[in-house]
Amino acid sequence: MLNDSLKLRADLFDASAQKPTRDGFGSAMMELGEREPRAVIVCADLAESTRALAFKMKYPARYIEMGVAEQNMATVASGLANYGKIPFMASYAAFSPGRNNEQIRTTITLNNVPVKIMGMHAGVSVGPDGATHQALEDMALMRVQPNMIVISPCDALEAHKAVLAVASNGKPSYVRFAREKTPVMTTDETPFEIGKANEMWRSAAPTVAVFATGPLLFEALSAARDLEMQGIGSVVVNVHTIKPLDEGAVERAARECGAVVTVEEHQIAGGLGGAVAEALARRAPTPIEFIGVHDRYGQSGEPAELLREYGLDAPAIIEAMKQVIARK
Amino acid sequence: MVTDEQVRAIEEKALAIRETIITMLVEAKSGHTAGPLGMADIFAAFYFHILKHDPKNPSWEDRDRLFLSNGHITPVRYATMAHAGYFPVEECMTLRKFGSRLQGHPERERLLAVETTSGPLGSGLGQASGYALGARMDDKKFRVYCLMSDGEQDAGNTWEAAMFAGNNKLANLTAVMDRNNIQIDGVTEVVMPLEPLADKYRAFGWHVIEVDGHNIRQFIAAIDEAHAIVEKPTLIMAHTIPGKGVPDIEYDYRWHGKPPTKEEGERFLAQLRQTYAQ
Repeated sequence: MLNDSLKLRADLFDASAQKPTRDGFGSAMMELGEREPRAVIVCADLAESTRALAFKMKYPARYIEMGVAEQNMATVASGLANYGKIPFMASYAAFSPGRNNEQIRTTITLNNVPVKIMGMHAGVSVGPDGATHQALEDMALMRVQPNMIVISPCDALEAHKAVLAVASNGKPSYVRFAREKTPVMTTDETPFEIGKANEMWRSAAPTVAVFATGPLLFEALSAARDLEMQGIGSVVVNVHTIKPLDEGAVERAARECGAVVTVEEHQIAGGLGGAVAEALARRAPTPIEFIGVHDRYGQSGEPAELLREYGLDAPAIIEAMKQVIARK
Repeated sequence: MVTDEQVRAIEEKALAIRETIITMLVEAKSGHTAGPLGMADIFAAFYFHILKHDPKNPSWEDRDRLFLSNGHITPVRYATMAHAGYFPVEECMTLRKFGSRLQGHPERERLLAVETTSGPLGSGLGQASGYALGARMDDKKFRVYCLMSDGEQDAGNTWEAAMFAGNNKLANLTAVMDRNNIQIDGVTEVVMPLEPLADKYRAFGWHVIEVDGHNIRQFIAAIDEAHAIVEKPTLIMAHTIPGKGVPDIEYDYRWHGKPPTKEEGERFLAQLRQTYAQ
């Protein structure tokens, strides 16, 4: 059953409330506009689709237009942060941190200045735009850079909290967002702390632990509920922070269940699956199945059919859970 | 304005800086020679006349900020900072060695006074622009300078930044380009022609001044002019001679990225003293 103490939505499984996680960036920036004068947005010609537009209208002097220049967006943000501002870089993840990776490495993470990189349109669920705009490697790119914090919120409310949290953490930080509407699972009261994973679901006698990140958490929870009806228990953990990974929570769940499935809308190399595998190889070697994109690029299509094609939906997760239990 | 006496004093510092550069590169056994020697006059002018700074309080809030985009010429910055009193000149001999604050390319976290981490080319002007914009938002009075090479004018990021600074009319930003005409693989106009450079910057909304980068008086006058331009950023294109002061290597692109051997170092020091004996 769902974890009561997290104050999740009672009607979570109805998916009655749906919002794109990028809305959480927009709402959090409006809050920061009010109470954090150092917060500014640098944006590469994508004010509306990154949800920076409302901030731009209300705080025009703190909205910095870069034009289509993601490399310069990173270096200008570095300069702003070095001076003392809290710059939020708003663009698509395929371009930032995709195109500007070296600028981020040299001028933000090695330089260790607190720039906040907001990567929109992550995952195949971007849909019709196709592979060029579906970032599937952004978490890997950010996770390998020392000093960088990496967060992948599960819904718009968690995204809002994540943006507020990185605004005050004083560190280079990456937050990943999705384009499409996805179910809101949490509430305003649901706790969020960078680096602390939340156990969302627990069956009476769990035999598999599912670590999920981003909006696919909903598919993971649906899979867990369906499997429980088939008599197979699980725990589902929301690993919103990929770095620093909550290794203690990962190890505890892995030891308890003896089998693990990771779920992410990202290449299986270098993202959540990679992070969990690295941690468990050291702390508690456990069979793992990886739900994610297996070394392919995305393509055009409707989000639901793409999730199905790439094996990212609840039926695929159920399959993986059964497989990994069989490997015990 | 600068007096004859002040100019002479700066020139003496420049000679001392060049001597330190050669000595530290011999000791380091790796590093860049031509660029640092070519920029010694400009660095001396900055640290001994132009910059508002306090070597004893490098994080003084109102200091002028000097960004070095082409981090590979950092020996000239380290040597100049040492002579200005930021740290002992002997520490220059730790350049590129394990545990030293004086990394092969400068890192802010190891030596705060270098303002930023640099080396990969083309990213300094954007950083300086962001810094200048932030400072202007808060009505800060200090100035932001960005030193860059001509070779890094090949990089797209440089032009994105030039467009950005022009568009934002960053009059508190002054860029100085070391126009020494060389880069690793050869002469800039052969590797990837840049001219007409001054016209390009003017087209991007900059005020452009061209000077002899070894003429202290001219350079300081150009800085004064830049301060008087209040509606746009200024680029000072400083025409310099790579390896300046050591006739054996002047103008030679092959000295971009290698250090002198011990024997070469002794010869170069002798040539330096001869060049500046007059």
